[in-house]
Amino acid sequence: MNTSDSDDDFYNERTALVPSENPVVPSYKPDPDLTPTNSTPTTRVKPGASRRSGPACVDSGGSDQEVDADDEELTLKYGAKHVIMLFIPVTLCMVVVVATIKSVSFYTEKTDQQLIYTPFTENTPSVGLRLLNSVLNTIIMISVIVVMTIFLVVLYKYRCYKFIHGWLILSSLMLLFWFSFMYLGEVFKTYNLAVDYPTVGVIIWNFGAVGMICIHWKGPLQLQQAYLILISALMALVFIKYLPEWSAWVILGAISVYDLVAVLSPKGPLRMLVETAQERNEPIFPALIYSSAMVWTVGMASPVDAQRSEYETDEEAEQSAGRAEPESRRPRSGPDEELEEDRGVKLGLGDFIFYSVLVGKAAATGGDWETYIDSSFIIIWIGLCLTLLLLAIFKKALPALPISITFGLVFYFSTDFLVQPFMDNLAAHQFYI
Amino acid sequence: MTASVFFGCTFIAFGPAIALFLFTIAREPLRVIFLIAGAFFWLVSLLLSSLVWFISVQISNKDSAAQQKGLLIFGVVLSVLLQETFRFAYYKLLKKANEGLLALSQEETMPISIRQLAYVSGLGFGFMSGAFSVVNILADSVGPGTVGIHGDSQHYFLSSAFMTMAIILLHMFWGVVFFDACEKQRWWAVAAVVISHLVVSCLTFQNPEYVGSLVPTYIIMFLMGVWAFYSAGGSLRNLRLCLSCIDKDFLLANHRPR
Repeated sequence: MNTSDSDDDFYNERTALVPSENPVVPSYKPDPDLTPTNSTPTTRVKPGASRRSGPACVDSGGSDQEVDADDEELTLKYGAKHVIMLFIPVTLCMVVVVATIKSVSFYTEKTDQQLIYTPFTENTPSVGLRLLNSVLNTIIMISVIVVMTIFLVVLYKYRCYKFIHGWLILSSLMLLFWFSFMYLGEVFKTYNLAVDYPTVGVIIWNFGAVGMICIHWKGPLQLQQAYLILISALMALVFIKYLPEWSAWVILGAISVYDLVAVLSPKGPLRMLVETAQERNEPIFPALIYSSAMVWTVGMASPVDAQRSEYETDEEAEQSAGRAEPESRRPRSGPDEELEEDRGVKLGLGDFIFYSVLVGKAAATGGDWETYIDSSFIIIWIGLCLTLLLLAIFKKALPALPISITFGLVFYFSTDFLVQPFMDNLAAHQFYI
Repeated sequence: MTASVFFGCTFIAFGPAIALFLFTIAREPLRVIFLIAGAFFWLVSLLLSSLVWFISVQISNKDSAAQQKGLLIFGVVLSVLLQETFRFAYYKLLKKANEGLLALSQEETMPISIRQLAYVSGLGFGFMSGAFSVVNILADSVGPGTVGIHGDSQHYFLSSAFMTMAIILLHMFWGVVFFDACEKQRWWAVAAVVISHLVVSCLTFQNPEYVGSLVPTYIIMFLMGVWAFYSAGGSLRNLRLCLSCIDKDFLLANHRPR
């Protein structure tokens, strides 16, 4: 099955936009230079947060000193909390992918079908040719991704929101209905369950419809997070199945480099996207970002009610993806406190997808369990920790892929070749180190 | 070779460690992060030691079983020494980070004390060490097969599980004692930790004579546990107060850093 164009579209715009996305908490520190009135937010990323800290600055006056002193400790604590808030969904996504790979054999079956983006086959006898083909596949894939990203950024710059929304809706439609139907089918086949079409129809319809509503409109936060994790896992499984062996590894490496370039270089498309979004004080589309907290300001008397845009949930997400501030320690009115303690961090879905591809590939290539534990969980956690640490230091959008993927690749291959034989020998003699 | 063996061995091996994790570490994000960082350091030490072992195997005579065994023993000793070196490196790193944070924050207390760090880093080492020792064995125990069909011991899984539990707890105790000794500059204590680690590993060379390896290991574990208890500031009085729940301050579950 050659996947269709729209298929590619959505995983491209996910990978396109997403790897960069840590437009997270730009600052863990409060801004002592904000004016006391509700001034218009300048190029600060989080308008809601700056509005909210407006009143705070009024009564904070002399406690700025205290703020600075407690700053670092709180930064550390809240930073740690945010790291954990991201560990859990990333881990869940990886667990889902590994569990599926280990149980449903469909995703590890060798297939001659390949995506149209990786046209060169790897079924060649010679190593050199195989390597060449995988590099060519990577080049094609990455250029497709670059083109799609630039297209998306251009659309965003020229405010073709309807087009972008339509594109996103179409792609999540495909994921939620078609891919989950395939997945369900394979799971039933694996466990030899006979299920009739009407039942499956009802299940898929409900699953997909609720998913669409949760992701693109409103829904309980945890349900939305669950859906985002699930679609990331589904996408990762598709990649694992249809990308040829060596191409997958080279693509992982190449996409981390691309991520680094796209987010950090001044003309990088992702950086331009984030900056444009910041200038316009708009959130980036919810379907592409995982947000760990969202606050419902419905019914709360707070300055945020003053400006409601059509992207209601996005706005709220924006406000909530704010800073961890010492303000929450000062006595404040109830709703405001609630508002501030629920802040979270955001991570792009592409990061989820590629972490899970790394883990899933490790699981699929039949290594022993140690390889997965090793290459996947600990390394990706450490990579995420380091990325978030850098985020706390630099306070601007950072690429989340490079560190984790690089570590992951290095450790995976070294474990596979070096540690595996060593541990096997030790276990055979029952020596302990 | 059934689910019951799998679950039984898993819970034996990881039960105490997971209980410790859930009750004392899971709620504090900072501790979780340092635990994971500790696990990462152990992993790096393992990687280095396997690299050395691998190279030595490549240049050796692959047909001679005695030589291979000798190389394996050498690998074990090297790995133990590297682990302890990395424990020391982690200690240094944590000290530096703590000092940096203190300097920046002008606070008098740190969000996490060096003793807590000793505990979580020891547990992190223990988790990774236990995971690498036993997970493959556990995965095999789910599948079909007969244990010891070629004349090996029938108690392979069970003994592996018990050994793993001992090793995890030992790593935790070693962590506490090691960091405390480094803090107080008591190098003999550091040497004692390294030597006891070597002893425990070398005892496993006697496997499958499990009496010779498991029993002394458990004895060493209890002794290290007592030593760690005292170096962490415990005493008989504390223990009594805690167990009789007289003074709420001493209830472990409610313990908060002061």
